[in-house]
Amino acid sequence: MRKISAKLISETVDKLVIKANMSLRPDVLKALKTALSQEKTNAARNALSAIIKNASIAKKEKLAICQDTGIPIIFVEIGNRVVVGGNISDIINVAIAKSYSKAYLRASIQADPVFRSKKPSYTPGIVHTDIVAGDKMRITILPKGFGSENKARVKMLNPTASIKQIEDFIVDSVRIAGANACPPYIIGVGIGGTQDLAGLLAKKALLRSIAKGNRDKKIALLEKGILEKINALKIGPFGLGGKNTALAVNIQTYPTHIAGLPIAVNISCHALRSASEIL
Amino acid sequence: MKKLNGILAKNKIKDLRCGQEVLYTGMIYTARDQAHKRFSEMLRKGKKLPVDIKEQIIYYCGPNPAAKGKVIGSCGPTTSSRMDELTPVLLKNGLRAMIGKGERSKEVVAAIKQYKAVYFTTYAGCGALLSGRVKKKKTVCFKDLGAEAVFALEVEDFPLIVAIDACGGNIYDK
Repeated sequence: MRKISAKLISETVDKLVIKANMSLRPDVLKALKTALSQEKTNAARNALSAIIKNASIAKKEKLAICQDTGIPIIFVEIGNRVVVGGNISDIINVAIAKSYSKAYLRASIQADPVFRSKKPSYTPGIVHTDIVAGDKMRITILPKGFGSENKARVKMLNPTASIKQIEDFIVDSVRIAGANACPPYIIGVGIGGTQDLAGLLAKKALLRSIAKGNRDKKIALLEKGILEKINALKIGPFGLGGKNTALAVNIQTYPTHIAGLPIAVNISCHALRSASEIL
Repeated sequence: MKKLNGILAKNKIKDLRCGQEVLYTGMIYTARDQAHKRFSEMLRKGKKLPVDIKEQIIYYCGPNPAAKGKVIGSCGPTTSSRMDELTPVLLKNGLRAMIGKGERSKEVVAAIKQYKAVYFTTYAGCGALLSGRVKKKKTVCFKDLGAEAVFALEVEDFPLIVAIDACGGNIYDK
């Protein structure tokens, strides 16, 4: 068995909080630059130039890319031959609060969701743990802004649903989000499993690089076709019209029951932020 | 690019048209979800607001705290539509302009037209860039709300795009 100390986990979380919030993912930045080269109108070009400039200012001046530093979502894959020196959720939440405070990031968590009575705090984040084979640990942080999270949708389709019905649900989700969730978007889609798993898959889909499609060729083709339909909506950067309503569609699948087809869409704004490290 | 300064009286904004880009220098108040809820409850009870919104600009924003030596942290706009239900009453009470991101409800568009106001959008998701345009920040009220408190921001050349103008012209109309 390999022991991973609370200290090492805390230090890693601190690094990942800073990296995710202040350095835009290289795959997203590259896609934004490609989008800029495709746009013809001033409105769309100015919007994309501002987004790219913002990413460079954030990195240089150590500022958050977006003031919505999100609800911190942490995915931890723990090898079955790893022993953790403490309670993993507690270690992570303490480290997040410390790191957010030190880096002057916003406290956006309301502890009392019903009566909204508390002053916003940094934590708790949402910690997902998976046990995997091996003696390593992978920590991934996704600070998810709520402008885009508010546009998430889930639907239980029939198992006989056509590909068109699947596509329509995803495209409609983007149409509903309209200009409100900071386009150009990255669209995470979860298909299969159960209602709750589909939602988680949609979120995990956002972690995959947008530089290449799904490893399954048929799914990759589906992603490409849906992206074309989304871009035909012409919502465009900042919702001011243009060719780039979304930069990518990432689909994640899981086997499901013969009686159903759960599908979930989780939209990310153009500031898709995540960072990952293996210990 | 058109420049606007100071208090935005009716005559200053009446010729603005949707799609037009503007650089604004002057004062704006941040207020988002919970501040709007408190404002509307106060007005419903006939109380005076802790901030005089007449002829003022409200910015839907919950900024990040300022690092040492800085005025403010990242400070971009939040989604305006969440404020829709609580907006017409503020326009009725003299609010002149709003800054946010995304579409507004039919009711808000109608109220903007009726009270000759204006709705601007700004660079959404670009809070780091926008933080450089804020020169001073002061907490006005609702400190218990943290980032959702009302702050007075003095801004210089703050980039705005007219989204809904006083005639009801709407940049998001397809």
